[in-house]
Amino acid sequence: MIEALLNYEFLQNAFFSGMIIGVIAPLLGVFIVVRRLSLIADALSHVTLAGIAGSLYLSQTFVGIATLNPIYLGILASVGGSMLIERLRRLYKHYEELAIPIIMSGGLGISAIFISLASGFNTDLMSYLFGSVSAVSRQDFYVIVIIAVVVFVFLLFFFKELFVLSFDEEYAKASGLPAKWVHFLFMIVVALVIAGSMRIVGILLVSSMMTLPVAAAMRIARGFKQTIILSILFGETSVLIGLISAFYLDLAPGGTIVVTSIFILLVVIIAKKAALQFSKGV
Amino acid sequence: MTKTLIELKDVSFQYDYTQVLKNISFTVQEGDFLALLGPNGSGKSTLLKLILGLLKPMNGKIELFGENCTAFKHRELIGYVSQKSNAFNSGFPATVKEVVRSGLTKKTGLFKRLPKDADEQVREALAAVGMQDFMDRNIGQLSGGQQQRVFIARALIAKPKLMILDEPTVGIDHENVQAFYDMLAKLNAEQNITMILVTHDVDTVSNRISHVACLNQTIHFHGYKNDFDAISQDELEAWYGHAVRKIH
Repeated sequence: MIEALLNYEFLQNAFFSGMIIGVIAPLLGVFIVVRRLSLIADALSHVTLAGIAGSLYLSQTFVGIATLNPIYLGILASVGGSMLIERLRRLYKHYEELAIPIIMSGGLGISAIFISLASGFNTDLMSYLFGSVSAVSRQDFYVIVIIAVVVFVFLLFFFKELFVLSFDEEYAKASGLPAKWVHFLFMIVVALVIAGSMRIVGILLVSSMMTLPVAAAMRIARGFKQTIILSILFGETSVLIGLISAFYLDLAPGGTIVVTSIFILLVVIIAKKAALQFSKGV
Repeated sequence: MTKTLIELKDVSFQYDYTQVLKNISFTVQEGDFLALLGPNGSGKSTLLKLILGLLKPMNGKIELFGENCTAFKHRELIGYVSQKSNAFNSGFPATVKEVVRSGLTKKTGLFKRLPKDADEQVREALAAVGMQDFMDRNIGQLSGGQQQRVFIARALIAKPKLMILDEPTVGIDHENVQAFYDMLAKLNAEQNITMILVTHDVDTVSNRISHVACLNQTIHFHGYKNDFDAISQDELEAWYGHAVRKIH
């Protein structure tokens, strides 16, 4: 793999993009999980699909934009979707979760229309749904680098505010923090990461990169910082093993990465149980 | 001369068509230990939310530290401890230290890192509530009473002048409630932190407070604790519309 990595640009793109996603997705994922927003990530990924499908259709129809990278419309749809979710959550104050199925089915519905307009599935679309080792372009990689920079700048400036907001929203507001703004920016950054991650893990499995490593970390971590570090460690391991096995076995990386994440999660759960039993026994 | 920390003038509030608070006027002076009493639905929590800036009054004026409440920027001067039950999700993966550190967030300001001696400040704040040995525990592993102490420490670390506590002892064992109020009284006496406490434990708290305010849509009484003791049982029942226990 190392030799292939040195020789093929497409592999470098996939590998390095994967390594970046392995850090930023679980990093934001910790906040998503503790704020109980896991399903929102899923809804946003389906909206991203609408953007991708729309872009694929447009570039098929209009020759002038045949080379347009679908990631841009994907990002646009994802960010737009995150804002719509916020509007809906405010509209249905007592049924906030209603926003998720509305946006999710809306995204899928629009995707279905574009896919049938573009006369059906092709391999390109498959790679967006489940990720791909070979389809990541240099341009995709640059977009992912920029998204990673946005994530780090956002967390550098707002980490402590986001922590307070995640832990206790009422307290955050009562202590005069700009809770609304921090949440708004957070949702945009989440939308960006979802749009960026889908190249590697695929739209249907993006949210798993934000939740599975965190679910495993939360079983064993002490405190918030440790949860973040372990989540990134588990995320990175899943991406690494997932990408290598996808390359050698010619499988969709989305599948191999998610299965690896689930395997790690199971190992952690079993190991924790065993450790508890053992300490009780002693 | 003592400073006026809170001043409400003719404040009213309603949710949709239900009047919750009507023409509320009262002041809280620096150093007061005020117990806010009233039956369920009397508007106690709404009143606190107005003072905390979580709600805006429909009529009237609220001044905090001499400034209009909407223009008031120094919310770090006010420490808030809510009812344990609705405050946070107990599975949250944070240590006691991380939770107390987060109390410095507003004081530190946007775009800035917490001060270098933050951990030292955490230790001091936890020592003040007798929880210094629990620093590295996950918050979810503590009992209800211990968690409330940690939240007091989170408020204390910002060196507040005023603390607002909304039924802080709900869900705490009876034996620990006494010690909890002793701690509040000590903070009030030694650090001159003004306290506003919404509570139902009138018996337990009565010998530690300086002032009482009785609320039921409107303020029926506000004054020294001794004057409150002189009020007849009949009068109290007339305010609240049902039998109430008198504190002694």
